[in-house]
Amino acid sequence: MTTVLEHTQFYYLSKFSKMKISQYLLALLCPIILLSSCKKSDDDITANTKSSFTIEFEHQVNGAALALNTNTYKNAKGEDFKINVFKYYVSNIKLSKADGSTYLIPESYFLIDESKSASKLITINDVPTGDYTKIEYTIGVDYARNFAGAQTGALDPINGMFWTWNSGYIFVKLEGSSPKSTATSNMLTFHIGGVVDPNNTIRTFSTEINAANPLRIRTDAKPNMHFIVNAAALFTGTTDISFASLNFTMGGANSVLVANNYAKGLFRLDHIHN
Amino acid sequence: MWRKSIVFAMLVLSIALMYACSKNEDVINPEETKITFSVPSNFPSPAYQFEDNQLTNAGFALGKKLFYDARLSADKSVSCGSCHQQFAAFANLDHKVSHGVDNCQGKRNAPPLFNLAWQKAFFWDGGVKNLETSPLNAVTDACEMRTDIETIIAFLKSTAPYPELFKQAFGSTDINSQRILKSMTQFTAVLVSGNSKYDKVMRKESGYSFSSTELAGYNLFKEKCTSCHAEPFFTDFSYKSNGLDLVSADEGRSHITGLSTDFGIFRVPTLRNIEYTGPYMHDGRFYNLDEVLEHYNSGVKAATNLDARLKNGISLNESEKEHIKAFLKTLTDNEFIKNTLYSES
Ligand code: HEC
Ligand code: HEC
Repeated sequence: MTTVLEHTQFYYLSKFSKMKISQYLLALLCPIILLSSCKKSDDDITANTKSSFTIEFEHQVNGAALALNTNTYKNAKGEDFKINVFKYYVSNIKLSKADGSTYLIPESYFLIDESKSASKLITINDVPTGDYTKIEYTIGVDYARNFAGAQTGALDPINGMFWTWNSGYIFVKLEGSSPKSTATSNMLTFHIGGVVDPNNTIRTFSTEINAANPLRIRTDAKPNMHFIVNAAALFTGTTDISFASLNFTMGGANSVLVANNYAKGLFRLDHIHN
Repeated sequence: MWRKSIVFAMLVLSIALMYACSKNEDVINPEETKITFSVPSNFPSPAYQFEDNQLTNAGFALGKKLFYDARLSADKSVSCGSCHQQFAAFANLDHKVSHGVDNCQGKRNAPPLFNLAWQKAFFWDGGVKNLETSPLNAVTDACEMRTDIETIIAFLKSTAPYPELFKQAFGSTDINSQRILKSMTQFTAVLVSGNSKYDKVMRKESGYSFSSTELAGYNLFKEKCTSCHAEPFFTDFSYKSNGLDLVSADEGRSHITGLSTDFGIFRVPTLRNIEYTGPYMHDGRFYNLDEVLEHYNSGVKAATNLDARLKNGISLNESEKEHIKAFLKTLTDNEFIKNTLYSES
């Protein structure tokens, strides 16, 4: 016997008749259920009723509406630039109540893309009803998913946000041009990503919600949160970036500079319609 | 104790299950070999577990068909199998560096494909971290297949019998990147090479033993080479410089990590099937094993990040070289190289 087939036995499972499998599974599951019921986390929110809410991302550049390819904007150094591509990930959305209890929205991965208007309004379903006073999320994609197997939906590599030579997602992609850029055709290429220290660019955004007007999720009320997203925040905040010296980054130390900038100013909660 | 007994109970149960269902096997066409992922008994447990990618005959067959289909590339001339050839243990025979569409020359030698389920990182620089996503670079690289997943999906959707094959493999005719990548992985992850003479000797299979030359070579190998080319994979999967150039033309691992200490270092390659995977090294600079051994003997350069163990090279006289070569040839797994399950049919 040359091989030990520990693994194969699981593949054979699919060949079992449904009857047999359910009996055996039951036997297997009992102890598992018993064990897992010992682990109880008391600050997770569970509610009998669930509902939904929406988040709208309004793209601007320093207060002006973002228009791809046409409008000219200025960075903090006063340098002109245009934007042709602006897209980014929002993931792992977590809501908190005033009492400190939290609800992490499972499998929450969204790709927001200026060129696809539907992507700028996201709907989140199956949220326990209640009043929430804080929202936080990852700008980008958590560590584990950067190295996971083939994904679908927002994380599908087809979306052009996955690096094929150095596994991992581009968290924020801004491409455009500036007369100050020394790159070919004055291009600007900001592909921010990377999850390994010292060049980890995972950043979290969080904001308190005015307790007088919390996010009220009710079975008969589906509130809308409205965020202003300032694309120029990539270039100021902690380090003012000049396109003469930085016009291309795909991960690495310069991407960290940009991530530190946008962690501060990319998102602002403007208002909530309850 | 409680845990242990549960595990034990589950094991007993699953063995019982396996036994119980051996009667049900008439569901499978008796002509067809059930594709399995086999772990040789002298191997540790694999990194890739198939838990999110259930191995099936249909999934494997689809993955294999995609692997050998040149119509997926931009000029319809290059398939995965063009660069990863079975008779070369899925490396690229006689090609120093990969040769893609429009005769474009890549910068690196195509590595062999086997025992990938034990690897945690892929490519010479370890840039790719999951077997399922490792075909993506070849598909999109301007110098390899130069296409994109959208084009491939559109092609597959409109080309019989692909929709039917996706249905057999995944339950519906939907075709998306995940299904393409998962089926390709059912093919690549099943490529296990563990039936070389070396393996049979290690497993003490009857009728197999090293000749005195091979044994001398094995002992030399353990003394001089295993610190990097560790058994049973003949690599410890670390990244090293073995002093090919004073200043490497390819930045290697530092391209991924950005660290200057990683400049010019590459993954220690496996030596299994080495008889058939030439030319050798990340840029395919050596055509035969004599050149490789002479490199260790007299050609090691004082590269900045040269591994300290190679500071003075590895002195090898002619008979030592012959012994090592004889041992290296015991790593050839002809059952793998000739296995028709993996061949283009
Ligand atoms: C033009 C030649 C070429 C083609 C076509 C090609 N590859 Fe490769 N493959 C390579 C080269 C070269 C590397 C090493 C890349 C590097 O290290 O930068 C590689 C690496 C790999 C690896 C990682 C192996 C390891 O040990 O790290 C896998 C897996 C792989 N290829 C699978 C595929 C699949 C699947 C396809 C078809 C979709 C494919 N390749 C098509 C040349 C090719
Ligand atoms: C310090 C670590 C180290 C030691 C010791 C070492 N090697 Fe290597 N070996 C490497 C690395 C790293 C490479 C790949 C280098 C590259 O391509 O840049 C390599 C490549 C090879 C290759 C080419 C494999 C291929 O598929 O291209 C062969 C053959 C080889 N070594 C044989 C040996 C033998 C035989 C010995 C002992 C005499 C030995 N090595 C000792 C690190 C080592």
